Amino acid sequence: MNETRLLTLVLVFAPLSLLSFGGGQAIIADMQHQVVDVRHWLTGPEFADLFALSRAAPGPSTLIAALIGWQVAGLLGAVVATLAIYIPSSLVVYGAVRWWHASKDSLWRGAFERGLMPVAVGLVFAGAYAVLQAAHVNALQIITTILVAGLLIYTRIGIYLIMAVTALLYGLLQFL
Amino acid sequence: MLHLGPNRSGPVMNSDPLAKAPRVPLLDLMSVFFRVGVASFGGSTAAWLYRELVERRGWLDEEHFLTALTLAQVLPGANPVNLSIYVGSQLRGGIGGAAAALGMVGPPFCIILALGYLYRAYGASAVAHAVLGGLAAVGVGMTLSIGFKLARKVRKPMPTLIAVALFVIVGLLHWPMIPVVLVLTPLSIGLERYAGGKAAS
Repeated sequence: MNETRLLTLVLVFAPLSLLSFGGGQAIIADMQHQVVDVRHWLTGPEFADLFALSRAAPGPSTLIAALIGWQVAGLLGAVVATLAIYIPSSLVVYGAVRWWHASKDSLWRGAFERGLMPVAVGLVFAGAYAVLQAAHVNALQIITTILVAGLLIYTRIGIYLIMAVTALLYGLLQFL
Repeated sequence: MLHLGPNRSGPVMNSDPLAKAPRVPLLDLMSVFFRVGVASFGGSTAAWLYRELVERRGWLDEEHFLTALTLAQVLPGANPVNLSIYVGSQLRGGIGGAAAALGMVGPPFCIILALGYLYRAYGASAVAHAVLGGLAAVGVGMTLSIGFKLARKVRKPMPTLIAVALFVIVGLLHWPMIPVVLVLTPLSIGLERYAGGKAAS
């Protein structure tokens, strides 16, 4: 019984892994369809809650797979779902990295790395903007974001101190 | 030599940005990704890895980090995991990639299950929600600060235009990322190759 569930988890998440071009946001709609409409593991609102949780926690948002696996088949389900969502794509990345570094001349390599630079920079800013938009941020969070960016660029204040102070302030604000 | 890959010809080796990098112990590799995995709120993995790998330890140079970043975004898979696989396998081969990915995913895996448990047992907590929201804002701020540092590397008009165009099209206009990147990247590489060819002749 449990074996069947674990196998189903693999069959749902492993193909999604290979389709997640550009990251987790590419497959979240498909995942919701599979988990809610096809398999009936969760209701729509439950899925939305778990997705919010996976965005709030550190690490990739595709870790929602762990929560779904847990719901379906306990701790082992969480492990199996996580492996299924990461191993297939990781093998592709590993293959691509090895292939790329085995086959090229140095002129193209230099052009490749310099050419990727502006693309990476544009994507970093687009990614930061996407997180801000998806999280329904309030004014306080916008101010925090700008303040933190400024502090990190212009001062030598440590990031751990900034995180501790922010967590404390946001927590205390709830009691005002 | 660091590479396990079949990268053997002399000149290519000498231009290899990793050739001068130190051999990184597996445990160190894993512990760095472990720390980043715990701390990377608000999608700030790339910013954390830049800080830990480029600024503090010098395991990768800036150009190589940016290559890793772009490939991690374009290939299938979650960006933090792809970055781990890329960097880990560059520094210590396949086993290094596995160690880095395990370090990166392990802590958030435990954290999200703990949060899931608390959420199911006690429902949504306003304080926890607020604190996580604050930490996400810090994460975005960190990403922005690293973005500005990296942007200083992009000085010439055409690359600047490409970076801005990518942000506007993907970030503001929400066009799908992959096709946009597939058009702009070859254009950008071609421009650099052309400029490099002219400088060499």
